[in-house]
Amino acid sequence: MALLLLLLRPILILSLFHFAPIFHSEAALGSVAEEDFSEELLLRPLPDRKVLAHFHFQSRAPHTNSNGRHHHLFPKAISQLVQKFHVKEMELSFTQGRWNYDQWGGFDPLSSSNAKPPGVELWAVFDVPHKQVDDSWKNLTHALSGLFCASINFLESSTAYSAPEWGYRPDSGSLSGLHLTSSEFESEGVGSGIVLEQTLTVVVQPSSQRTVRIYSHETKLQPSWSLTSIFGRKVSGRCVLAKSSIVYLQLDSSLVAELDSLQKENNISSTDKYVSEDFSSNACFEVSVKPDRVLKELKGFEKKNPSVLYEFSIDKYNESGPFDLGLTWTVPVAWSCQKAPLHVSRFLMGSGNERGAIAISLRSTELTNKLLHTDSNEGRCKLEVKVFQVVPWYIKVYFHTLQVFVNEQPQAVSDVVEKMLVSPSVDKVSPGVLEMVLKFPCGMKSAAITLDFDKGFLHIDEYPPDANQGFDIPSAIISFPNFRTSMQFLKDDSSDKSSILSKFEENSAVLAYTEVLLVPLTTPDFSMPYNVITITCTVCALYFGSLLNVLRRRVGEEERLENKEKEPGWLRKLYAKLTGRPLEPVESTSTSSSLSSSKLKFIILVAGIAVFWQVYYG
Amino acid sequence: MEDNKEERSAKRKQQGRFWTWVTASVLFRLILIYFPQNLNLSSRPEVSTPLTSLRRLAEGYWLKQSSMSPYAGSMYHGSPLLLSLLGPLTVKRIDGQPSHLLCSLVFVAADILNSLLIRATGQTLQIAYRQSLKSLDLDMISETMEILPSGDIAALMYLWNPFTIAACVGLSTSPIENLAIMLALYGACKRLVPLAAFGWVMATHLSLYPMILIIPIILLLGNGPDTPRKLFLLRRHGKVEENSSSDSCQQERVFSWSPVMLLILWTIMWSAYVLLLCGVSVKQYGGLWEMFTSMYGFILTVQDLSPNIGVLWYFFAEVFDFFRNFFLIVFHMNILFMIFPLAIRLHHRPCFLAFVYITISSMLKSYPSVGDSALYFGLLGWFVYELSDMKFSFFLFCVYVGVSLLSPVMHNLWIWRGTGNANFYFATAMAYACLQIVLVVESVSAMLNHDRKLRKLSSAKLQDGKS
Repeated sequence: MALLLLLLRPILILSLFHFAPIFHSEAALGSVAEEDFSEELLLRPLPDRKVLAHFHFQSRAPHTNSNGRHHHLFPKAISQLVQKFHVKEMELSFTQGRWNYDQWGGFDPLSSSNAKPPGVELWAVFDVPHKQVDDSWKNLTHALSGLFCASINFLESSTAYSAPEWGYRPDSGSLSGLHLTSSEFESEGVGSGIVLEQTLTVVVQPSSQRTVRIYSHETKLQPSWSLTSIFGRKVSGRCVLAKSSIVYLQLDSSLVAELDSLQKENNISSTDKYVSEDFSSNACFEVSVKPDRVLKELKGFEKKNPSVLYEFSIDKYNESGPFDLGLTWTVPVAWSCQKAPLHVSRFLMGSGNERGAIAISLRSTELTNKLLHTDSNEGRCKLEVKVFQVVPWYIKVYFHTLQVFVNEQPQAVSDVVEKMLVSPSVDKVSPGVLEMVLKFPCGMKSAAITLDFDKGFLHIDEYPPDANQGFDIPSAIISFPNFRTSMQFLKDDSSDKSSILSKFEENSAVLAYTEVLLVPLTTPDFSMPYNVITITCTVCALYFGSLLNVLRRRVGEEERLENKEKEPGWLRKLYAKLTGRPLEPVESTSTSSSLSSSKLKFIILVAGIAVFWQVYYG
Repeated sequence: MEDNKEERSAKRKQQGRFWTWVTASVLFRLILIYFPQNLNLSSRPEVSTPLTSLRRLAEGYWLKQSSMSPYAGSMYHGSPLLLSLLGPLTVKRIDGQPSHLLCSLVFVAADILNSLLIRATGQTLQIAYRQSLKSLDLDMISETMEILPSGDIAALMYLWNPFTIAACVGLSTSPIENLAIMLALYGACKRLVPLAAFGWVMATHLSLYPMILIIPIILLLGNGPDTPRKLFLLRRHGKVEENSSSDSCQQERVFSWSPVMLLILWTIMWSAYVLLLCGVSVKQYGGLWEMFTSMYGFILTVQDLSPNIGVLWYFFAEVFDFFRNFFLIVFHMNILFMIFPLAIRLHHRPCFLAFVYITISSMLKSYPSVGDSALYFGLLGWFVYELSDMKFSFFLFCVYVGVSLLSPVMHNLWIWRGTGNANFYFATAMAYACLQIVLVVESVSAMLNHDRKLRKLSSAKLQDGKS
C-alpha cells in the first residue's frame, strides 16, 4: 500500500466543532423538519507540493417536541451540553502544527475561519445572565474535558481565559489562552435547533511515487496524488445516514490564472477550458474522475480569475466501483496562494530571563500593493488592522512602552493606534489583554509594534513538570476588517446548497493567527525547598537570638561578676520583695536591676517560645 | 582671641571641604545620569524593587492617563501622591537629553536634601551629646569628639555610598522614601513637631515599614536627642548632690508629654490630609480600599517573587502554600518582636534606636533595595565616635564589598547566562542578611559597651570626687 508513504511532517490537523442555534440559518435552509447529516470533503492542491483536505460534517437537529430528548442522528452528548449550559454558540478546536499563511493562503474562508493556533481553542457564547457566565464557563470546560478526554478543564482557571470587549469574533491562542465571550442575550429558548459542524482540516504531503523530474528552470512538477495515495483507501460509497456526500476539488484562483497563462502560451485560449467539462483537452493536469459539475466563483475580490470547484457526488459509487479521485500533473506549474493583506509574524526580542519585548511585525504583501494602489487615488487611504493579544500574567507587559514603527521609522503611537483597550494582568488572577485598532498608511512597506515586558517569577508549585521548556504566549489575532473572505459560487439550483459552499459565502473578516511564542522563565531550584526554609529560618533565629543576647547582657555584668559573693541570691531577693523589706544595702541597685532582669527573663521566655515554635515549624 | 579665630577659620575650611565633596558627588551623579541607558542600573534587582521601580510608576501613570486605575493589574504599588508628583516627569522628554532626566534630577535633589538633613541632625546630636558629657564632667571625651564632625561624616557617607549613588542614578523612588524618614528624624531632633509628624506620616504612607519609627520619634520629642544613660545621670545626681541642682536634673529627666501630644495631634491631622489627598486622586477608580490592598497588602503578603537582595522572595517561592500565611506572620513579627526590647534598652538613645529600627526593617522587609541600606549606612555616620570600637568592623566592610560585587555576578550567572542556579544568588542574599544581622548586633553591643564605659569613667570620677 502506498499509504505508508504518506508524510506526516508538515501537517496541520484541525478538528473543529462549531454549533449555533439553527434559527439564523433556517431561513436559508428552508424549514428543516428532520435531523439531517451531510458530509463533504474539499481537496485543494497547495503551491508547496502539498494537498489540503478539509472534511466537513454537518448535523442539524431542529427543535421538535415529538422525540423529547432523543435524537436520530445528532450526537446526544452535544445536545445535552447545549441544553445544560445554555450555550448559544461554541467553537472548540484542537490543532497540531501551524498554518502556513504564506504558502497555503491567508485570504480565503478556509484560512480565516479554520486555521487555528496550535493547541486548543475554545470560545463560547452563553445565553445566561452576566454573573452566571463564569460558572457556566467552568462547568462547560469540565464537561468538555470529560467528553474529549483532553485537559480542557485547565481553562477554568481565570488566568487562562478572557472576554474580548470588542466585536471580535471571540478568539484565542493555545491551551493557556482561551476565551469566553460574556455577552448577554435574552433567552431565546434553549429548545431551538442546533447545528453542529465538525471539520477536520489536514495538510498532507502526497508521497510522490513518480520520480520528481527536475526541469531546466528548476521548476518541479507538482506531485500527483489520489485519494488512495493520501488516505490509503478509496471511497466506497456514501454514508447511508448522510443526506449528501460530496467531494470537491478546488483550484485556487491564482492557480487558475497561472493555468490560463500557460494555456495562452500553448495558444489555447479561453478560461472556459477548466470550467467546461471537457477534460481531455486540459494540457496541464488530469483528473481521474469526471466531475459531476464544475462551479465557478461568481466574482472574485479584485481578482481577474475566479477559483474553480469540481464537484463529485459520491452517490453513484459503491463497494464494487469505489471512488478514487486522482490528480495528475502533466506540466510544471508554480503559483502562489492569495495571501492576507499583511504578512504577520511575531517574535521575542532581548535575551536573558529577566525581561524582553514582544514584537509584532507586519509586512505588506503584493496583494496589499495591488489592492491599495487602486484605492490610493482617493487620497488618504488607510489600512485598518485589528490586533488582539492575550499575555499570561507572568509576562508583565509595560503598556506604556508601546512603540510603533512604520517603514522602520518610529511613529507617535497616537498617529497609528486608533483605538486601544488594555486590561493589565493581575498576578495569578487574570491575563493581560490588549486590543488595538491600527490604521496604517496604504503605501506602507512594513510596520512593527513592540511592547516591553518583565518576566515574572513563579512559585515552585506553579511550574509545570518540564519547567525549563518554557511558557507559551498565546497567538495574537490579527484581523483586517476592510477585507472580506466571501466566495460565491455560481450554482444553478440554490435550494440544496451544500454546507461547505454556504460556509464559504459567509462574509467574515480576513483573520490570521500569529505564531505561539515560547518564553523561557527562570526557575528556582526545585530540589531544595527544605534547605531554603531551614536556612532562612536559621538566619532569622540567629538574628533574633544574638540581638536578644546583646540586649540581655547587663550593663554592670563585669561588676556583678566581681560582686558575685556580695550579690544576694534571687530567692532572697524574691523574699525581700514579698516582705517589702529592703535588702541589706549590699548594693542599692540590685533591686531595680533584678526587677528589670526579671522583666528581661520574661521577654526571653517569650522569645524562646517563639524561636522554638519557629524551629518546630521550619 | 587668636585661638578662636584660628578655630573659626579651621571650621570654615572644614565646611568648605564639605561643600566641595557635596558638589563633587552631585557632579558624579550627573555624569552617571548621562551615561547611556543609565548604566542599566534601573533594571537591577538590587535597585528597583516592585515598590521603588520608576518604570512601574510610569506604567501606573500611563494607566491613569488612559483613565484606568493605576492599580489595575499588578504593576504599580506605590503611592498615588508619588504618582501625581513623579508621573508627569516620566513622560516629559527633553530633546537630546536622557529620557528620565527630570526624574533623575528630582532624585539627586532628594539625595542632597537627605544628606543635608543628616548633617544637620548629626550636628544637633553632637552638640547635645557634648553638652551632656560636659555635665557629666567627661570633658576629655568630648574633646576627642571634636575631631570627628559626625554630621559631616554621616552626610558624606550617605552621599558617597555606592548604594546611594546606585539607588539615585538607577531611578528608584527610595531617595524620596528616605527623604520622608529623614524629615521625620530631623523634625524630631530639632523639636519641630509638625515636620516630624509630616515626615513620619509620609514615610509610613510611602513604604509602611517606617511606621515603627514612631517610638524613636516619641522618645526624641519627649527626652531630647541621644544622651548617655539618663538613669545613670539621675542616680549620680540624686546620690551625690542632694541639693538644689538635683531639681533641674530631675526636670531634664522627666519625659515631657506635651510635644508628644502635639505630635499625636499633628500626626492625626497629617494622616487625615494625606488620606484625603489619596482619596481624591483615586476616587474615580477603586477608592482607598484598592489603594490599601495594592500598596500595603502587596507589601505584607509578598506577592511578587522576583529576586531582590532580601531573603523573603526565595523563601516564599519555595515554601509550601500551606505554611505561607504562617511564615508571613513570623517574618513580620520578627520585626515587631524586637521593637520593644530595643526600645527598653536604648530608650535614652532615640536616634540610635531609629538607626537600628531602620536597619532591621531594611533587612527583613519584603522588598528590600540598596536604597534602604544607603540610609542606614548614612545614619551609621552619626555614631562614628560611639561605635569606634565596634567589633568586626573591618570584616563587615570587606564582606559588604564582597557581597555587593558577588551578588550581581551570581544574578548574571543565574538570569542571563543560565549557567548558575537560583541558590547561588540566594546565597549572596543570605550572606547579605547575615551581614546586616552582624551589623545590628555588633552596633547595638558597641553602643551598650560605650555607655558602660562612660558609666565606668564617670563613676571613677565620682569616686575621685568623693575621696
